[in-house]
Amino acid sequence: MSIFNLIFVEYLLKFNILEWLIFVLWQIICFVFISLLMIFAVLFLVLFERKYLAFFTRRKGPNRVGLYGCLQTVADGIKILFKENITPKNADKFIYFVAPIIVFAPILTVYSLIPFSSDINSYKSDIGILLFMAILSLPITGILFAGYSSGNKYSLIGGMRSCIQAISSEIPIFLTLAGIVILTGSMNLNEIVKAQYSFLQWNIFPAILGFIIFFICSLITLNRIPFDFPEAESELVAGYNSEYSGMKFAMFFLGEYALTFIFSTYIATLFLGGYNSPFGFYMADLFDLRLITGELIRNIEQFFWLILKTFLLILIIMWIRAAYPRFKTDKTLELCWYIFIPLAIFNLFVLCIVQYFRESL
Amino acid sequence: MNIILSTIDAISNWARSNSLWPLTFATSCCGIEMMSVSASDYDIARFGSEVFRASPRQADLLIIAGTITHKMAPLLLKLYEQMPEPKYVIAMGACACSGGMFKNNSYSVVYGADKIIPVDIYLPMCPPKPEALIDAIRKLQSEIKKESLTTRKELIAKHKSKLKIQDDLDILIQEDVNIFKMGI
Repeated sequence: MSIFNLIFVEYLLKFNILEWLIFVLWQIICFVFISLLMIFAVLFLVLFERKYLAFFTRRKGPNRVGLYGCLQTVADGIKILFKENITPKNADKFIYFVAPIIVFAPILTVYSLIPFSSDINSYKSDIGILLFMAILSLPITGILFAGYSSGNKYSLIGGMRSCIQAISSEIPIFLTLAGIVILTGSMNLNEIVKAQYSFLQWNIFPAILGFIIFFICSLITLNRIPFDFPEAESELVAGYNSEYSGMKFAMFFLGEYALTFIFSTYIATLFLGGYNSPFGFYMADLFDLRLITGELIRNIEQFFWLILKTFLLILIIMWIRAAYPRFKTDKTLELCWYIFIPLAIFNLFVLCIVQYFRESL
Repeated sequence: MNIILSTIDAISNWARSNSLWPLTFATSCCGIEMMSVSASDYDIARFGSEVFRASPRQADLLIIAGTITHKMAPLLLKLYEQMPEPKYVIAMGACACSGGMFKNNSYSVVYGADKIIPVDIYLPMCPPKPEALIDAIRKLQSEIKKESLTTRKELIAKHKSKLKIQDDLDILIQEDVNIFKMGI
C-alpha cells in the first residue's frame, strides 16, 4: 500500500464511507492520474518535438498561439475534434472502427505498470517487466488491423511492415531483458528500481551493450525515424493510417507519442536507475520533516528524477530523428537478426559472469 | 443559444485557423517556393502549418502549387474530394489562378484551378515569393476567423455546386482545346 492510498483511505473512513466504495474511488483516482499524465505528456511531447526540430534546422517553430506557441498542440487537438470523419467505401467497417482503440488502449494500460516514484504505481506486478512487453505487442495487431481494413494497398503494406518489424525487434529486446533479470534477480519493476539504489549500481554500467541494443530496438518498436517504415511518407503516402481522418487518426497519433513517452520511462527504469536520485540521497532526507510531508516531498523528487531521465532519452530519440535518413526495410531485418541477436546473447553471457563475481564478492 | 454557438464558433475558428495542415501537393515550380516556406528563412511553422501531410485524409489546406494540366485535373479533383471538411484551397501562382502564361496558348493546361474546384484564396505572381505564400495563409486565417459553423454548411453547399464531375471535366477539356484552336 502506498502512502497516498493510506492517507486517502484514512481520510474517507472518518466519514463512514463503505470500504469497497473507497476502493473503487481509489481506482478511479489512479485512472484519472494516469490519463492526465498521458495527455499532458503527449501534448507537451508533440509541441516539444516541433520546437526541437525547428531549432535543429534554425527555425523558430510554432510561436503564434499562446506564449511561445505553448497552445499549438491544443489548437491541433480541437481542430481534429471538429474534423469530418471519413470511412472509405472499401473499408472493413467494424475492424476499421476498432483498430485505433486496439492501438490506444494497451498503451494507456501500460502506464499503470511503471513505478513513477516509490509510492506512485497503480499496479505492482511481480512480472511487470514481462507484462509491459506482452501488453505492448497488442498495438501491433491494431496497426495490422488498420492496414488491412482500410482497403488501401499502401495501408496494407504499412501494416505488414509494422508486423515484420515487431517480430524481428522483440527477440533482442527480450534477450536484453533476461540480462536485466539476471542482474537484479527480479521481474518486479519496483524491485529492479530498488536494486539500482546508487549511481554506480545502475544497470547501464554492466549492461552498456544491452542498453544500446535495447535503445535501437525500442526505436524500431516505436516506429520512429530512422525505422519508420509503417508510415514511410515518401514510399507509402502515410502508411497504415493513410485512410484515417479526424479523431481516429488522432488516436494513432496520440498513441505513438504516448508510447514514446512510456517506453522512455521503461528504459530509464531498467537501465538508468528509474526514480532513484543519481546522488544517492534526496532533498527531503536532509531536513527533519514530519513523516507524511517528508514522504510527499520525496515522492515528488523521485517523480522529477524519472521524468528528467525520460526526457534525456526522448531528446536523444528526437535528435536521431533530426539527424538520420530512413533505413531500408531488409537492412533493418538483417540488423536485428544477424547483428543484434548474437550481440544480445553475448551481452547475456557477460552479465552472467558479472553477476557471478558480484555474488561471490 | 446564440451565446453557446458563438463561443463554440470562436473556439473552433481559433483552432482551425491556427493549425492548417497543408497537403503535400506540388505540380511545378511553385512547389519549390512552397518547400522553402517550410525551411529556415521563412518558417511557416510559426503559424502552425509546417505539418505537411502526405495523405489528403489528414490535411486541411490544399495549396495548388503549380500548373494544372488536363491530365492532372481529375487527380486534383479526387484529392480535393478525399479531404475531410473543413477544407481550404489556396491557388498559388499565376498558372493555378488563371492559366498564367499558358492562357489561350496551350492545349494541355487548365485555365485556372477554380474551373475544377472552389478556391478560397488566389495568390498571383509567377512564382510567388515565399513571403507572399505566408501572406496568403495569414489572409486565409483571418477569413477562417470570420466564418461560423452554421454558415459553413451553406458554404459547403455552395462549394459542392462549384465542383466539376468527371463528365464536366471532359467538356471543360474540350472547351479549352477549342479555345486553343481558335487562337491558332
